[in-house]
Amino acid sequence: MSVLAPGPHPGPPQEGEGTAALLVEVCRLTRRFAVTKNLFRRPSSFIHAVDGVSFQLRRGESLGVVGESGCGKTTVGKLLVKLIEPDDGRITFRFAGGHPDSSPNLTVRPAHGELVEPGAGMLGGDGTVREVDPALLRGAALKDFRRRAQMIFQDPYESMNPRRTIYDIVSEPLSVQGLGSVMDRVNRVREVLNSVGLAPASDFLFRHPHELSGGQRQRVAIGRALVIGPEFVVADEPTSMLDVSSRAGIMLLMQQLAQDLEISYLHITHDLAVARYMCDRIAVMYLGKIVELGETEELLRHPLHPYTKALLSAVPLPTPGHRRSPPDIHGDLALPIDPPPRCRFYDRCPIATEQCRDNPHPPSEEKAPGHQVACYEA
Amino acid sequence: MAALNSEAVLEVNDLSMTYQIRQGEVKAVQEVSFRLDRGQSLGLVGESGCGKSSVANCLMGLLPDNARVSNGQVILGGQDLLAMPEEALRLFRWNRIAMVFQAAMNVLDPVYRVGHQIVEAIEAHGIDSSEADSRARVAELFRKVGLDPRLIDRYPHEFSGGMRQRAVIAMALSCDPDVIIADEPTTALDVIMQDRILRELKAIQTDNDLAVIYISHDIAVIAEVTDSVAVMYAGRLVELGSTTEVLTSPMHHYTAALTSSFPSLLGDKRPLTVLGGEPPDLLSPDPGCPFAPRCPAATDICGQEPPPMVVRRPSTGSGHEEGGGHWATCWHPADPAPTLTVRQAHGELVEPEREL
Repeated sequence: MSVLAPGPHPGPPQEGEGTAALLVEVCRLTRRFAVTKNLFRRPSSFIHAVDGVSFQLRRGESLGVVGESGCGKTTVGKLLVKLIEPDDGRITFRFAGGHPDSSPNLTVRPAHGELVEPGAGMLGGDGTVREVDPALLRGAALKDFRRRAQMIFQDPYESMNPRRTIYDIVSEPLSVQGLGSVMDRVNRVREVLNSVGLAPASDFLFRHPHELSGGQRQRVAIGRALVIGPEFVVADEPTSMLDVSSRAGIMLLMQQLAQDLEISYLHITHDLAVARYMCDRIAVMYLGKIVELGETEELLRHPLHPYTKALLSAVPLPTPGHRRSPPDIHGDLALPIDPPPRCRFYDRCPIATEQCRDNPHPPSEEKAPGHQVACYEA
Repeated sequence: MAALNSEAVLEVNDLSMTYQIRQGEVKAVQEVSFRLDRGQSLGLVGESGCGKSSVANCLMGLLPDNARVSNGQVILGGQDLLAMPEEALRLFRWNRIAMVFQAAMNVLDPVYRVGHQIVEAIEAHGIDSSEADSRARVAELFRKVGLDPRLIDRYPHEFSGGMRQRAVIAMALSCDPDVIIADEPTTALDVIMQDRILRELKAIQTDNDLAVIYISHDIAVIAEVTDSVAVMYAGRLVELGSTTEVLTSPMHHYTAALTSSFPSLLGDKRPLTVLGGEPPDLLSPDPGCPFAPRCPAATDICGQEPPPMVVRRPSTGSGHEEGGGHWATCWHPADPAPTLTVRQAHGELVEPEREL
């Protein structure tokens, strides 16, 4: 099988940028989950959660993955940070130089307290780029990968141990990685708490999660992900459980940190309005496939795929008196259990033709610069 | 008893409610008043913990043991629900006022068939009918909310999230109520399903001439489905008026902060403003405006004296939209606010301090 052959290149690198500008390259990533009917038999049917997904993420970029629940967006995020393993396909990280086992020291910068150490930053001093496939990592190399790729989870009420203090929670990655002395860690945690807007840090260090509001908890979760200075962060619906007022704060904080620390995000969300503010590019997923990918404003203003159009027209607007026509889409969302080998959107598509019925899922084509669509009719 | 307007189907007057906890008394709802006419929809918006759901639970008479209504009336069909004995209330509830709960999965009992649970609701609320009649009624309700009547004998786990939410709406409609409270009816749903459910609720509201209270933190949903909006903060109503007026030219700075912190999908990508700070402690509220510590326009008086009720347009008593007026409780209401009347809590008239 030619899984290693490069797939269609989503979004060509901008002019003047070589592969050094790419942080992650995902090629035909596939993950299926068995639907177990009989405990003692081999599973015969599978949910095709992620099915041949290819995209690239540039350094410093925020790529949004949007879609309805069950479309596979969280699975993509978990695959990228190696919380689950792919069945097929390849992920390549291009990390800044430095060898995995070189000096895992915690360098804490005093005074101005920028979070650039350790690990973060563009290319290493020697300008080398190290290609890493998370699927092959074990032991020390995996530990180094964990230091560079982190995840922020959706629910700040479920993602923290209620018995531990904020200091315990935020410093845990440091102790897992064996970074710094106890004093170093305390300083580092203080610094991180300040930078995520929990200031003064001394007010929060020894409190427990239940004493904090949802927005404050999500700040702790962000602090925990950033304390070891990752280059890449998967943010899985970080604002969907929050109130409107704290949501804007978290959104701005994440943007600010991305700028200051040169973090690249994979931002998973179901909320297109949030994606508009948070993401440079947006990938729309439907039943395990990316159906459309493009620059945020271009995709929102000129959607090409009928599913993207339906999604966009279903979003309520905070403008009173605005009348929307109902989204043009048939039926309900089904799980992609052993889907027939045609366009995944065929059953719900308002513009499907015989071609869509008789051919395999359409390939991704570039219809405008940097704007690709997988549809025969678009 | 307050004078009843012929059109008002629900009137809430000066409702105050507290929860008794170990640390003291949480003043969850304070002096909340509003009215709802037949066929009208009202949105109740605010952050979590602001008392939206407590108000709903008061209206339904579904309060936990540690809750106490300290003041106020809830007048539905000419009777004060709060003064009613529990037995009478049980028949009133669901027949006159019903609720669509947020977590549809938790409302439906997983071990009973969906249709059976709705039949049970019909029978429990004193509607005498044979089993066959009830089932026919459920089939009709299923059709009304867009469910296939053949699904009556399915179990909740066989339903998708959207189907369950529809079943819960069917249950709320089962006894033909006058008022429906929809507590975050679509929060757990995807946008396409949300769009369908909201359209169906809207159609049902028009067909049955229902009054609907939508509780939501999603301003975009509120903007689309409601005629008027009541904004709650720290247990109090801080602004009330027609949806268009409140969302496009808010008087209260909290409403302004809410609307400008909400991302929009279309139009100019205006910067989002961030509301700093946290809501106040409801155990021992400060004497002044509860929003003062977070308010960009606050002055000394805001923290010391309760804010006056500033009326931009008085109610003409003929329904909420246009006729319902527009007011806010604020010392420095945001411009443009062509203030007509000012009434302070004690009843004296004062001039509001206007911003330039």
